[in-house]
Amino acid sequence: MLAYVIRRVFQSIFVLLMVGLVAFSMFRFVGDPVENLLGQERTQADIERVRDQLGLNDPFPVQYVKFLGNALQGNLGVSYRQGRPVSEIIAERAPATLELAGVSALFAVVFGVGLGVFTAIRRDGFVANFIMTTSLIGVSLPTFLIGILLIYVFAVELGWLPSFGRGETVKIGGWSTGFLTESGLKAIILPAITLGLYQMTLIMRLVRSEMLEVLRTDYIKFARARGLSTRAINFGHALKNTLVPVITVTGLQIGSIIAFAIITETVFQWPGVGLLFINAIQFVDIPVMAAYLMLISVMFVLINLIVDLLYFVIDPRLSADASSRGH
Amino acid sequence: MTTPLLSVRDLVIKFPTRHGPLTAVDGVSFDLAAGEVLGVVGESGAGKSLTGSAIIGLLDPPGHIASGEIYLKGERIDNLRAEDMRAIRGRRIGMVFQDPLTSLNPLYTIADQLIETIRTHLRLSEREARKRAIGLLDDVGIPAASRRIDDYPHQFSGGMRQRVVIALALAAEPELVIADEPTTALDVSVQAQIIDVLKEQCTQHGASVILITHDMGVIAETADRVAVMYSGRIAEIGPVREIIQNAKHPYTSGLMGSIPTLAQEEDRLVQIPGAMPRLSDIPPGCPFNPRCDKVFDKCRVHRPSLIPVENREVACWLYEDAEAKGAAL
Repeated sequence: MLAYVIRRVFQSIFVLLMVGLVAFSMFRFVGDPVENLLGQERTQADIERVRDQLGLNDPFPVQYVKFLGNALQGNLGVSYRQGRPVSEIIAERAPATLELAGVSALFAVVFGVGLGVFTAIRRDGFVANFIMTTSLIGVSLPTFLIGILLIYVFAVELGWLPSFGRGETVKIGGWSTGFLTESGLKAIILPAITLGLYQMTLIMRLVRSEMLEVLRTDYIKFARARGLSTRAINFGHALKNTLVPVITVTGLQIGSIIAFAIITETVFQWPGVGLLFINAIQFVDIPVMAAYLMLISVMFVLINLIVDLLYFVIDPRLSADASSRGH
Repeated sequence: MTTPLLSVRDLVIKFPTRHGPLTAVDGVSFDLAAGEVLGVVGESGAGKSLTGSAIIGLLDPPGHIASGEIYLKGERIDNLRAEDMRAIRGRRIGMVFQDPLTSLNPLYTIADQLIETIRTHLRLSEREARKRAIGLLDDVGIPAASRRIDDYPHQFSGGMRQRVVIALALAAEPELVIADEPTTALDVSVQAQIIDVLKEQCTQHGASVILITHDMGVIAETADRVAVMYSGRIAEIGPVREIIQNAKHPYTSGLMGSIPTLAQEEDRLVQIPGAMPRLSDIPPGCPFNPRCDKVFDKCRVHRPSLIPVENREVACWLYEDAEAKGAAL
């Protein structure tokens, strides 16, 4: 078990380094930050001086190693545009994105698993078939379109919910939260649904097909033959077995919720790191882009690691295999 | 005569298909006395397992009981509400399935599954149920039961798992245990042990057994009576010794001829020519008539029902006279 964790952590670090390298090599094609930093009145000498200052004349592997070296000491560089440390900017923006992602993930998992189980148990029911059909829409519509539709219906036509922004926030320590004000709670509903809808339908369809598979197995039939209650069979025996494969996909989906927040944040002008990243691209703010990409990959890798460890909690066969191999 | 423990009357099981309903079990009737072991033999597709599933109310849809009745101690159980039938399953009728490797939920310990079953049916505390569970495992021959009860199914061998399955089926002292091919998936070397455990435990708990198998040898050693099934019907039913020594129905004698014995001189076993008909084209009259070496005109037109002959019943026109004679006497 411990050996497995250590191996996984090393793999994760390797993945992170590779992601960083690829990202860094791509920044060279985004544009030249110096163009934006210096005004119209720049001279060739100015440009050279700034390039030298920023280390942009170094080959990109050298830039990458410097970035890593600084990042390991907690120094993510200074934003070209805002002139402030990147870590400070991200720390300011991260709560918005994490709250949005958290609420979307919760929405996706709760409704995804719930509706998946429901449609599997009531396989031939009218409601279940209706949900399955509408879920196709959720899978096939692009995120920005869902966002715009929701804004049109609930903000423009009905006027129930705000169309953009985060509402009022309350600062607790360094964390600004929108959960404690009414306008904050209202503001998070539409973006969270927009962001989580695709993941929810995906999880729902997956849970449904896995559950149908499990309900056909011999141990479910044997559980019925033992006279266990339908509830115990569906939620005790079937659901737990369904969750093993579902957890992998769900983990990955939560990762992509954080990553895809970019689109939702743009549509709803949500002041999170995704919007920060989009603005950074326009300005070729390399330190911000690099920090963002590294942050996203750290989260992805971390979630995957947690998912792999969760397997051990759920499926006893894995820990037995691991321990017998360890002996 | 006392009420039999189980009475199946004219059971018909159908499957709807695009080309109209298929009749998989057609007019099966038999009685089972308390404490009796009834063997059910037949080829794959003869309707043995379906009959077993129908009794415990677990036919896989779209299969369903089209007509007929099933009585448990005189009380009709085939038309009960789902919840009432659930209360009978495990409590009054237990079932053992073919494959012990897939019968147990891999994510729960043996203790979880046993205690859950016991507490579903009996009013016992967690501690009492656990004690009972350990006792059950002891009875079915799991060594160091009190320690192994907290293991997961994958930590047991196939034979041991089938013992656990038997313990689970008997957990709430059912009056009837249906064992559907309980040894087919096991190594030959452990088959005999499992059959012994099953029989011994059912005797000890006073449960009747319906033993579904295609292994005539198992039936010969275990059952009191045997029902031979063919194309969804009972061909012959009666005391196991008599049927083995002197089969009446031509299909049964063919079946007995295909069993190797130590005394046999010939080096080739007798085979019944042809194969059991598909459900969609069972011939009119006796379903066995195209393969029967004693076939005559009536067999091709009229379907024989079970005719009492001596201690048993045979669905064969050859014995029509016997019945007439019996009636005349």
